[in-house]
Amino acid sequence: MASELSKETLTSAKQNEKKKDLITLAHGSGGAAMAGLINNILKPIFNNSWLNEGEDQARINMADLLADLAPSDQNRLAITTDSYVINPIEFPGGDIGKLAACGTLNDLAVGGAIPRFLSVSFILEEGLPVERLAKMAHSIQQVAEQEGVAVVTGDTKVVPRGAADGLFVNTTGVGIIPSQRSLGCRYIQPGDALIVNGQVGNHGAAIADVRDGLGFTSILKSDCASLNNLIQSVLHQFSSVRCIRDATRGGVAAVANEFAQVSECDLELWEAELPLHDSVKAICELLGFDPLHLANEGNALWVVDSSEKDAVLAQLLSHPLGRNARIIGEAKAAKSKPRVTAKNALGTSRIIDLPVGELLPRIC
Amino acid sequence: MKLIDPFRDPEPIKSAIRHLQPKAISCADQLGRPVQIMEVCGGHTHTLFKFGLPELLPKQIEFVHGPGCPVCVLPRAVIDQAIALATRADVIFTTFGDALRVPGSEHSLQAVRAQGADVRVLYSPADALVLAQQNPSKQVVFFAIGFETTMPSTALVIQQAAKQGFENFSVLSHHITIMPTLRALLDRDDVLIDGFIGPGHVSAIIGEQAYRDIADHYQKPLVISGFEPLDIVQSIDMLLTQLVEQRCDIENQYTRVVKSKGNQAALNAMYDVFAIDSEDALWRGLGQIKDSGAPISNAYAHFDAAKRFALPVQNQEIDCSGYCDQVMIGKLKPSQCPHFGKSCSPQQPMGALMVSTEGACSAYYRYRPLMENSEVV
Repeated sequence: MASELSKETLTSAKQNEKKKDLITLAHGSGGAAMAGLINNILKPIFNNSWLNEGEDQARINMADLLADLAPSDQNRLAITTDSYVINPIEFPGGDIGKLAACGTLNDLAVGGAIPRFLSVSFILEEGLPVERLAKMAHSIQQVAEQEGVAVVTGDTKVVPRGAADGLFVNTTGVGIIPSQRSLGCRYIQPGDALIVNGQVGNHGAAIADVRDGLGFTSILKSDCASLNNLIQSVLHQFSSVRCIRDATRGGVAAVANEFAQVSECDLELWEAELPLHDSVKAICELLGFDPLHLANEGNALWVVDSSEKDAVLAQLLSHPLGRNARIIGEAKAAKSKPRVTAKNALGTSRIIDLPVGELLPRIC
Repeated sequence: MKLIDPFRDPEPIKSAIRHLQPKAISCADQLGRPVQIMEVCGGHTHTLFKFGLPELLPKQIEFVHGPGCPVCVLPRAVIDQAIALATRADVIFTTFGDALRVPGSEHSLQAVRAQGADVRVLYSPADALVLAQQNPSKQVVFFAIGFETTMPSTALVIQQAAKQGFENFSVLSHHITIMPTLRALLDRDDVLIDGFIGPGHVSAIIGEQAYRDIADHYQKPLVISGFEPLDIVQSIDMLLTQLVEQRCDIENQYTRVVKSKGNQAALNAMYDVFAIDSEDALWRGLGQIKDSGAPISNAYAHFDAAKRFALPVQNQEIDCSGYCDQVMIGKLKPSQCPHFGKSCSPQQPMGALMVSTEGACSAYYRYRPLMENSEVV
């Protein structure tokens, strides 16, 4: 237990482990090395009373779960889990730790949940510098702290060199959906406005850029961010939001297709309205990608009752994570099988399908 | 993007379309049928569909999507050769990304990569030399495909490898040239093409005069075009003007990139390394086309992977779903093929036209006009 060690021992152990040490299979063996890693590196970073109890499970009082929410039979528990395997581990605009925290918090928040707790599991490749692990844990904690969430339980496993790519992270998030909130794509109606809160495709393009050395790194960053605060600020004021979904893998195209299928509405996107970073446009032109297929990590597709679309947009624009927000289309009654189309500035339309397989650059 | 945006501005495009409308009507009246325009290059096909131009253009204009997508015409036999090399334990096989999904006889490069073959996607052949330097115990093979657009960069890398004496670098080459194929198309008696939109990137290398035969011998107008919607609309206008005036010339709309004589430095490298138009080549869907192959010349035979690894001679059979060639010469629209959107889709391509985003069928599938949608879903 961290609390049982003297401060001096702790500091020197921490410095040692951080500076020189590499993760070895011993760190996953259940012995002293593993205890050292957990107690000297990870626990002090995530430091909270639930974690520090040192039991096999975090024990949470119902009152802590509710916090300042009024008790109601209609409050619901929201649970979500996601694994993060991104390569490279650190990228412009974030790292795997920030991504693992933001991604799971976003998955809670887009459903209307107020995030409360996170679990974190690391799968570590033998040979990973301990310092790197600590850095990623710090990234997670930084997001958790900012969002008022505690990392209350976790796990580490070590696999032989080659069996993982540096480190993989799984996070599970728990939150509460207050009784009065009910978001879901089944509520989408013809006439509803489609809104994005930020530029489209920055994460996917930034990752393609660093992986392939395209040279935009100085100007293009991943949009990786926790949308929790932004979403709460809107849901707090407006009941006209039908649903929100963060446009991660598969991009806005994938989310729009999911919305169309469930709601049985056509979704029409307006290409000229898409907020696009110049570098994303350039990367898409160079490699033949469609920005609608590129992943986002701090950008969601919002469907809003048209009567309040301008007010919701104004609220989004007033928030740092929504300053590029734009109304990018609308839901329409489906004539036959529901589909997603994109209308361009010329007034012609094309079908927006799900991306096929991995995105492959074209040759000419 | 500032360079591109003016060419996508709706107003000039719509105004250019209004301007060409009477010419299209007059041409169609003369012909007694719609005007058939072949856009040779897959890049143009892609632009047509991405921007929905056929919806905006007068209905008197019909497009025939040409054979100028190098990935689409890659024969199965060449993919089989690539797989034979890629699955060798001593080989790092490098390729442009969109060749990964092209189906061979049994597998694609993507499938053998999943089974453990070391297949890597590159953006430039020069990166393959870097890999060869970093992996001295491996043989690095670059899969060189494409028309005159990509040939100079392959040539430069082979020249560099020769200069620096690389022993672990070679090229599996299936470069092909565009003119023999256009000739072969025009020699068929079932082709009704009134004019050509000429490829932009190929022309940047080979120049305007390379197409002389099309105008002089075959009596068809050709306009070399850029890839933005305004470029294409302007090129169509130039073609229609020639047709109305009953002229057959080679004209250049893409003057900001294509010079009359092409790129001499690139041509020099190409002619140094490749034996241009020296042998017949196999095209998927079209079969054997006379003189369209550009094998690595004898002086650089050392870098020819087919020779280094003594690959068996390509199987010469014509491979296609039975309809690809008819789509490629404009007899069938992609959506009229019985396999389209059913047994052949971008997820499960049967024919190569469905593989690359620039293939006519794939472009049709992705950007198909909405009115056709109900038939194919």
